[in-house]
Amino acid sequence: MMAASKKMVEQEPSEIELLLPWHAAGTLNARDARKVDDALARDPELARQYAVIREEYAGTIELNESLGAPSARAMQKLFAAIDAEPARKPSISLGIATRISGFFASLSPRTLAWSAGLAAVALLVQAGFIGTVLLEDRPSTFQTASLSMNDQPITRDLSASPPLRALVRFAPDARVDQVTALLDKYQASIIGGAKAGMFRLQFANGSMSKDEFANLLSRLQNEKAVSLAVATP
Amino acid sequence: MSATQAASDDTLIARIAQGDRLAMQVLYGRHHVRVFRFGLRLVRDEQIAEDLISEVFLDVWRQAGKFEGRSAVSTWLLAITRFKALSTLRRRKDAELDDEAAGAIEDTADDPEVTVQKKDTGDALRRCLGQLSAEHREIVDLVYYHEKSVEEVAGIIGIPENTVKTRLFYARKKLAELLKAAGIERGWP
Repeated sequence: MMAASKKMVEQEPSEIELLLPWHAAGTLNARDARKVDDALARDPELARQYAVIREEYAGTIELNESLGAPSARAMQKLFAAIDAEPARKPSISLGIATRISGFFASLSPRTLAWSAGLAAVALLVQAGFIGTVLLEDRPSTFQTASLSMNDQPITRDLSASPPLRALVRFAPDARVDQVTALLDKYQASIIGGAKAGMFRLQFANGSMSKDEFANLLSRLQNEKAVSLAVATP
Repeated sequence: MSATQAASDDTLIARIAQGDRLAMQVLYGRHHVRVFRFGLRLVRDEQIAEDLISEVFLDVWRQAGKFEGRSAVSTWLLAITRFKALSTLRRRKDAELDDEAAGAIEDTADDPEVTVQKKDTGDALRRCLGQLSAEHREIVDLVYYHEKSVEEVAGIIGIPENTVKTRLFYARKKLAELLKAAGIERGWP
């Protein structure tokens, strides 16, 4: 069958004929490449033309490769011109993005896995906390958002004790379930980290005395999943 | 060019946009030879082609922040090169207004009769490739040497994709005529 090729090239070339050079160069998409392959298998005249194209292809590469390369002068001229350009101010957004990606790239896979696991734990703890707050008993009567002066005076309770926090480094072989159990046991939540491998924990019981808190930290320090625990403001 | 290299070229451009001189050196090292050869085939003067690549890469340094990644970096480089080469040829033509400028576009290679004496089909083919018009040389180089797709060639030259296909077809037909005149029959057309 001679459908794809034209015996008289004075006629308009077929679509397949037009695509042959790109097929030879391997730059056709898969669908067109398949179409050309099918036509080549059917049409010997087209296959002859394809052989000619492959010669042209090879000849063009040889011709271009024989052109040599530019001298070092071109590069010197370019970089002299670049040096003469005014200094460029890096864009802030890209700078931040680069720094963030650089930070994550600098973490080891183990640290990354740990951070991701602990972030997930922190999210779960926070979700639990929010859920608890939402499900708390509340008056079922209708309430407007207006201010009621009958309740508490609008003052800050200065007597409230500051939250108790600690910086904790978990043991390298500690598993996520161990950390989760630990957080449950000490009624703690992760509120920051991991800076230098340390996570910032806050304890739900903020009314402990200094001695009680020191005692808690000591127990925490002795946990298998913890390699270091120190108090922090 | 592999997808990995294309992605890596994009990263280099992003770094160049931040003023990273080393990224510029890497990009230059990776592409300058092909850019030079493409430019040389258009302007046919080594000195001018060398000046051209300095200008092309300086443009990259200045415009990197505007590169949107719609095409491969190599395609962008060839498009800039083509624009600069044609501007240079126009300037020369305007300045000289004589046959010398035309000579820069017309081929200076041996005529087909001389070529046929060489008896080497490959050599004759290369010589006839050199005798093609600038328009035909350009498209042959872009497709065969620079391995650009129909879409990419259309973007570089600024013509519709169908015109890209037919232009290459007629460039090949012209090449066949030149070879035939040189006594070389290849069975097509």
